[in-house]
Amino acid sequence: MKRWLMLLALLWPLQGWAAIDTYEFKDEQTRERFRHLTAELRCPKCQNQNLADSDAPIAKDLRNEIHRMLQAGEPDGEIIDFMVTRYGEFVLYRPPLTGSTYLLWYGPFLLLAIGALVVLMISRRKRRADNAEPEETLNPEQRRQLDELLKQDPDKK
Amino acid sequence: MRRFILFLPLAIFFVLGLFFWKGLQLDPTELPSALIDKPVPAFQLSALDDEAKLLTEADLRFGEPVLMNVWATWCPSCKVEHAQLNRIAQEEGVKIVGINYKDDRDQANEWLRKYDNPYALNIYDDKGSLGLDLGVYGAPETYVVDGDGVIRYKHVGVVDETVWQQLKQVIAQINAGDRS
Repeated sequence: MKRWLMLLALLWPLQGWAAIDTYEFKDEQTRERFRHLTAELRCPKCQNQNLADSDAPIAKDLRNEIHRMLQAGEPDGEIIDFMVTRYGEFVLYRPPLTGSTYLLWYGPFLLLAIGALVVLMISRRKRRADNAEPEETLNPEQRRQLDELLKQDPDKK
Repeated sequence: MRRFILFLPLAIFFVLGLFFWKGLQLDPTELPSALIDKPVPAFQLSALDDEAKLLTEADLRFGEPVLMNVWATWCPSCKVEHAQLNRIAQEEGVKIVGINYKDDRDQANEWLRKYDNPYALNIYDDKGSLGLDLGVYGAPETYVVDGDGVIRYKHVGVVDETVWQQLKQVIAQINAGDRS
């Protein structure tokens, strides 16, 4: 009895809380495409979830729609266009490369390049500073005094 | 030059701060509508008050700008804005087309009897198919549709006085554009 209770307790949290609906697919490939599409498309209502994860009614509607279109044999591009014409490019987690998204796509590389440039400049300057002859700031009189003092150094034999 | 470099981090901080500050003022739930300046998608649905009467996108061409309001009895915010819609229909002389979105016909008609009916015409979209084509993601949503049935503006959320002033401006702009 105790063992069974333990088992039940262990299995309890395995109950998934994510959105689960049952869809029938004509083949395994279509199922895979469905999984891919619902992961790539963003739920318009609950903004930081994809269609697969979201419990919102609109996400369910859109999953149904994707399922319907997949079963009707429509290509992925067609389904994505369908979503974009209705909900805008917002639904794409992978925004297309257009004039307004150049900065989004290449901005990080630009920042990386700037960072690399700064590091390069700093290390260059440091190396030059290390190699450079120390500047002469003493006049001949002071230099002579310094030599004298150094000669008096008891540690120096 | 050295001085300038010392102040560079501060300058960067201010520029970033400005961007982020501006970002804070934006409403992330507001999506740009993909349907602005596009005609209302084709549909064939029954009228809310008359199951036998079929409405299509041609019925939305009023020859003057109208509001198109997506609503449902299950949507609490729709109740909030209902009085404002009544006022707009009665006092401002702007026609409002309703899209009853994924709702129950009897309940919706009952609601209109109880709270007054601001709609010149009500489309019964129980499956949400028109809503899907319009890119509706949260009722209430309100569109400005011009005289030729083209969507010119979209607002997601309750229509309060501030929003109505915006909508009014859009309508005035459309009217001014038509005249010139």
